[in-house]
Amino acid sequence: MEQQLQQLKDEALQAIASATDVKSLNDVRVKYLGKKGPITDLLKGMGKLPAEERPKMGALVNEVRGEVTAKLESRMEALEEEAVAKKLDAESIDVTLPGTPVKVGNHHPLTRIIEEIEDFFISMGYEVAEGPEVEKDYYNFEALNLPKGHPARDMQDSFYITEDILLRTHTSPVQARTMEAKEGKPFKIICPGKVYRRDNDDATHSHQFTQIEGLVVGENIRMSDLKGTLDRFAKKMFGEEREIRLRPSYFPFTEPSVEMDISCFKCGGSGCNVCKKTGWIEILGAGMVHPNVLRMGGYDPDVHSGFAFGMGPERIAMLKYGIEDIRHFYTDDLRFIGQFRRTEG
Amino acid sequence: MKVSLNWLSDYVDIEGVEPAELAEKITRSGIEVDAVDDRSEGLKNIVVGHVLECSQHPQADKLNICRVDVGEEEPSQIICGAPNVAAGQKVVVARPGARLPGGVKIKKAKLRGEESHGMICSLQELGFDGKVVPKAYASGIYVLPEDARPGEDALSLLGLDDTVLELDLTPNRSDALSMLGAAYETAAILSKDVKLPETAHEEAAEPASGHLKLRVDAPEANPLYAAKVVRNVKVGESPEWLKARLMAAGVRPLNNIVDITNYVLMEYGQPLHAFDYDRLGTGEIVVRHAAEGEVIETLDGSERKLEPHHLLITNGRKPVAIAGVMGGANSEVHDGTTTVVIEAAYFSPASVRKTSRELGLRSDASTRFEKGVDPNRVIEAGERAAALMADLAGGEVLAGTVLFDELDKEPKRVTVSPDFINERLGMKIPFEEMEEILRRLQFPYEAVNGQFVIDAPTRRVDISIPEDIVEEIARLYGYDEIPATLPVTESIPGGLTPYQKKRRTVRRYLEGAGLYQSITYSLTSEPESQKFALETAPVTRLLMPMSEERSTLRQSLLPHILDAVTYNTARQTSSVALYEVGAVFLGEGADGLPTEIEHAAGAITGEWSGGGWQGGQKPADFFAVKGIVEGLAAELGLSDKLSYRKAEMEGLHPGRTADVLLDGERVGIIGQLHPSEQKARDLKETIVFELNLQRLLMEETEALLYTPVPKFPSISRDIALIVPKAVQAATLKSTIRANAGNMLKEIRVFDVYEGDRMEEGMKSIAFSLTYLDPERTLTDEEVSEAHNRILAALEAEGAEIRN
Repeated sequence: MEQQLQQLKDEALQAIASATDVKSLNDVRVKYLGKKGPITDLLKGMGKLPAEERPKMGALVNEVRGEVTAKLESRMEALEEEAVAKKLDAESIDVTLPGTPVKVGNHHPLTRIIEEIEDFFISMGYEVAEGPEVEKDYYNFEALNLPKGHPARDMQDSFYITEDILLRTHTSPVQARTMEAKEGKPFKIICPGKVYRRDNDDATHSHQFTQIEGLVVGENIRMSDLKGTLDRFAKKMFGEEREIRLRPSYFPFTEPSVEMDISCFKCGGSGCNVCKKTGWIEILGAGMVHPNVLRMGGYDPDVHSGFAFGMGPERIAMLKYGIEDIRHFYTDDLRFIGQFRRTEG
Repeated sequence: MKVSLNWLSDYVDIEGVEPAELAEKITRSGIEVDAVDDRSEGLKNIVVGHVLECSQHPQADKLNICRVDVGEEEPSQIICGAPNVAAGQKVVVARPGARLPGGVKIKKAKLRGEESHGMICSLQELGFDGKVVPKAYASGIYVLPEDARPGEDALSLLGLDDTVLELDLTPNRSDALSMLGAAYETAAILSKDVKLPETAHEEAAEPASGHLKLRVDAPEANPLYAAKVVRNVKVGESPEWLKARLMAAGVRPLNNIVDITNYVLMEYGQPLHAFDYDRLGTGEIVVRHAAEGEVIETLDGSERKLEPHHLLITNGRKPVAIAGVMGGANSEVHDGTTTVVIEAAYFSPASVRKTSRELGLRSDASTRFEKGVDPNRVIEAGERAAALMADLAGGEVLAGTVLFDELDKEPKRVTVSPDFINERLGMKIPFEEMEEILRRLQFPYEAVNGQFVIDAPTRRVDISIPEDIVEEIARLYGYDEIPATLPVTESIPGGLTPYQKKRRTVRRYLEGAGLYQSITYSLTSEPESQKFALETAPVTRLLMPMSEERSTLRQSLLPHILDAVTYNTARQTSSVALYEVGAVFLGEGADGLPTEIEHAAGAITGEWSGGGWQGGQKPADFFAVKGIVEGLAAELGLSDKLSYRKAEMEGLHPGRTADVLLDGERVGIIGQLHPSEQKARDLKETIVFELNLQRLLMEETEALLYTPVPKFPSISRDIALIVPKAVQAATLKSTIRANAGNMLKEIRVFDVYEGDRMEEGMKSIAFSLTYLDPERTLTDEEVSEAHNRILAALEAEGAEIRN
């Protein structure tokens, strides 16, 4: 019987070793360890043995069963691992294929510029003020020290609706309206919006474009405050190493009036095609609010003073992104707009 | 304004200042210098030649063989094709080795077998603008005066040894529309004196008033009229220096009399006019307004019809000039003129401006009158012209000036304290430095009780208030000296309003949903202006549109968005998704202004979902856009307030259009473009939406409060129904909701089928219902009870329940 057991064990181990997959190994388990298998048979036949042989024989059978079971389990584990590896291998993909596209649109470049400017001034405590695009002549011109017949009205030939109503030619009427609304209180505002002028559309002109203006009114607002504000703005918008310079200019609604240049962000001031070899780029117009404008807005120029500035987001976008034709902003070509998604810096 | 530095140096010492440096200084302190034009740049080896002989080229009809003395022992042979070349002329010769503008090099050459040692030049070949070249030389070579010496450098004779600064003047600085104005500015910058032109001249004993009577009937429009009479003038070419200066200033020389009036115009900024005394005919000048329908033939040969507010110079019978704008042909100076009347006048800016605009006539004269000439230099300019006519045209100036003068010539007095100046600037400029600047500007002032009392010179029409002095001091002190500070004000919180914040949210949401932001024009054609409008109102039309396409303000954003979609699809971008946030304009609102309402609109076409190599592409459809709108409503907390209703709109598909309602009020539209509209634009299925964004953003929403996350499980049940196609999901939903009791938390449509397997006219629609009680676990029985109630109600309404 002992010999029979040994032979059985050898047979089973042989069968375990030659099983190549989980299924055939399971067959081996059933054949040798199952309820109808030879080992069970041997245990059943124990009753026929003499009583003194039974413990020894029982231990021997159990030992063989244990050994076969252990071998079988370890073999089973190996085969399962093999099966998983095979499955994983079959499931492998070409990771260099492109991912599923996510449909996302983006801001128009002008909005991108305007929001950047708004956010800077908001951080400096400004409110964002808005007003109608169709304006009264009074707010567009007269309240800004441009009475009827003023020669400076030449500079901005306008789209009139009636003699007294027109498409605003700048966002300055928002300044006039805000002064009225603030009733003599100090304030800081930034006014972005669309404006219109009687121009033929070409690479550098558009009958519709955008502007963003700022106005600060309070007691003892000084020209040095204007310079400091613009200096911070220029550095934030065009880089910390930018310098600014002010040049005298003329606007009917400010006195003194200046234009602000920044040191060229392309060449750093040594002269290139962007700055037309001057090292400086004109960015905006500004000045101290004209006393007539303060007076018409309900502020006493002996008590209050203020500064104002205005710039064209189109121009800034053109400079910043190297855009050569203003008409791109109003053609809405996705091959253009789609380029203004990514972050900078 | 073109400023010749040679000319400028008559009045102010600029020696030792490089032109570029001067230009930079002028720019930094007030007037932008647009260009620095070195007129001798690229010119070399250009001399005076004397044409000794001139004969026709044997081989060429149009060429001449000239023997030209260029100051060397032997004359040079030069071939010349100009029609006006002739023996005896002094001409400009570019010798072999010479350089001309544009990099042209002159070499010895053979022309049709004859040698040519150089070129006889026209003014254009020397870089002059054809518009300033005297007419006699416009299509040929230029002829120099007889006293020019062969071999002499021709550049200085022609005034080309000069640099011209081009000033870009702002409207307030009309004082610098003259050489003297430029001189005052330069003198202030360089801290120099100004030397005024010579006006002294001899006078005949006979008084001018014996020959000319003057009457001004319109003193408001013409408060000053001064006339000088000069007789025995010889009309002819001006001397070379005068012609050269006029050409440098951009004026074409004509004859010495007209050239002198133009020269003084440029010098003083005071327009003058010269009449032929004999052609004037009456010995009288009357300034009056035109009669209705009166006609004058102006110098340019055209007939002008006048109106009663136009001011005229007449001879007492008929008009001889439109005051300050243009002279008449009938009294023009001509070659045979012997006696000249010089007019120096002050015409009111408003009157000249109106007249020149209405007649479409803008001249060097009208531009200056419009801005206001210096009241204190009018008469002086007339004297200057008389002196030049005596000197250069051999004229005899009659004694005195025939004068009408009611003009206020008082300077404006401005009082300002140094403290005010420093406070406004945020600086501490010492009192003495301010005084120094006022002296440099030649602003007469007195210091009274620590204040400056300034009599602003009348040439500076832009100086009238203390702030103007602040600017003058600052610009000459230097804007670079201003420190950089920040305003010290009451601390006011800045930031966006809730409306502005929500609008940014809307933009970001729409972009996150796959739409690109567009910005289109507000102006469109009148027929397009009301297309797709949610609400139409009277149109807002421009008085004088530049074109019909841009004549009227839009009442919907969609037409231009669709134009942009078409633009893109026509350029190989087949899938397009655009949105815009912008105003529409509903005419005749408050205050006569149109009511501006902010809308959000968009359009999508082409592939919408899927689209990678994995396939699964789906074209845009109504529900893609409705999903975007629903998502937007969710973003704004308005999901429960918005509903959708089948609708029709011109231009949209009648079966695929819905109104968007906010608590029952129409606030928007979603729809597919009508197939005929799609075809007209060559578009595939295109779906659009437009919302009254302003209305949506103004709608107040409740504060956001958290609802506890359910602790108990929910139970789902599905319902599949067969109903006639016309039955709307919304109707079924409301039946379900009405019968479900309060355990029903969510109804979701998960399948709709209308295909072949359905009976004609029927569709199958399946809902998934979720029941939940936040307080406890629901039992199957109570859910079944509610569910059966729903099924019964649906069946009662004619729906067939599928199993």
